[in-house]
Amino acid sequence: MDRGKRWRERRRIAKMITAVENALPGHEQILQEIYKKTGNAYVIGITGPPGAGKSSLTDALARGYIEKGLRVGVIAIDPTSPFSGGSILGDRIRMNELSTHPQMFIRSMGTRGQLGGLSAATHSAVMILDACGADVLFIETVGVGQSEIEIVKLADTVLMVMVPGLGDDIQAMKAGIMEIGDVFAVNKKDLPGADKTKIELEAMLSFLPPREWRPPVCMVSAMYKEGLEELEVAISEHRKFQADHGRLEQRRMRNAQEALLAILRDKMVLRVKSDDRYEELLQRMMEKTIDPYEAARQLMEGLDSCSED
Amino acid sequence: MQRPIRVLVAKPGLDGHDRGAKVIARAFRDAGMEVIYTGLRQTPEQIVAAAIQEDVEVVAVSILSGAHSTLLPRIKELLKEENADDMLFVAGGVIPDDDIAFLKEKGVAAVFTPGTPTTLAVEFIREHVKR
Repeated sequence: MDRGKRWRERRRIAKMITAVENALPGHEQILQEIYKKTGNAYVIGITGPPGAGKSSLTDALARGYIEKGLRVGVIAIDPTSPFSGGSILGDRIRMNELSTHPQMFIRSMGTRGQLGGLSAATHSAVMILDACGADVLFIETVGVGQSEIEIVKLADTVLMVMVPGLGDDIQAMKAGIMEIGDVFAVNKKDLPGADKTKIELEAMLSFLPPREWRPPVCMVSAMYKEGLEELEVAISEHRKFQADHGRLEQRRMRNAQEALLAILRDKMVLRVKSDDRYEELLQRMMEKTIDPYEAARQLMEGLDSCSED
Repeated sequence: MQRPIRVLVAKPGLDGHDRGAKVIARAFRDAGMEVIYTGLRQTPEQIVAAAIQEDVEVVAVSILSGAHSTLLPRIKELLKEENADDMLFVAGGVIPDDDIAFLKEKGVAAVFTPGTPTTLAVEFIREHVKR
């Protein structure tokens, strides 16, 4: 089936995402079937502090790609309440005009207890939209603080959206979030202090160890649709740089590794927990008659001896 | 964690009174639901497109403009066209009692008028959502 046709089966795509998000029966088969068809979409991670304009900028950039005739998927993540388990997913508010466009597919996800700025099923949702025909995929993280950097594992290009007025240059010097941006956008460029924010970002970037790619800092306004072309060019340049230097392959290798390890971890934990000795060993740990390393070693031995799934 | 109920809270029509929609969205959130909130002035097409893409189990619309007898049946129609008729469709807002029978006939499962405790809407959804 061609990618365009799969893309039109919107209910089916949506149902597949629901299945993987909730680990419904059959979700593994879905991922097994689509896996070979993945790898065609270019994945752009959009991250930045709450209220920076990530959704609005995603909307504005998506428009550009749609006008070029490309199919655009958006996965927008918002936080889940640790108390009620509920959430308000409000990223679509900024993307309403595009929501009926046939080249566009937007899906909101709650973090559901996952830290790091993404949800546990984000990677699976990316694979589904990719396999179903997306040319460009945006992953919009939750509003981030200083260390939600999971997005680097999934995105080909990380766009860091900043705004003026969030702090001085010391904030920009801190480790973590500021180190993962491939392209920086200073949104709300009409606000006072936007130029200063750009200068501080440039200064911060100058102090990074010399790399072959120096992240550009673009001044934009998602609201007034200014600076968007330059931003799109910067993203394209990063994409080209990565392709020319074999970086895309490296990133995708790392993604493959992450995906495999995540599944292995889940399966091993499930199997170990089903071991009769699991509870008993836990109890012995409570009584301090065994240490966790020895308990783990014994449970690992159990893994070696049983070969069924 | 138990799978949360996914609800689309949308506001069709041209009035800008979204306090009710926000209060109900917040109540659903606090009841452990995943609420997709799409904001003001949505067309039936936008609402249904969002419902499909988000694969919600409930479409909850708030309307205070008086256009309910036109817009709500249209939303239901579009849901049917998309084979998404299994989604629970409820409405709230300033809707005269005289219109409620008509709306129910057109496929609106429940109409919550001003003064309805939010817990009632939550209970209704929990009881009627198809799993």
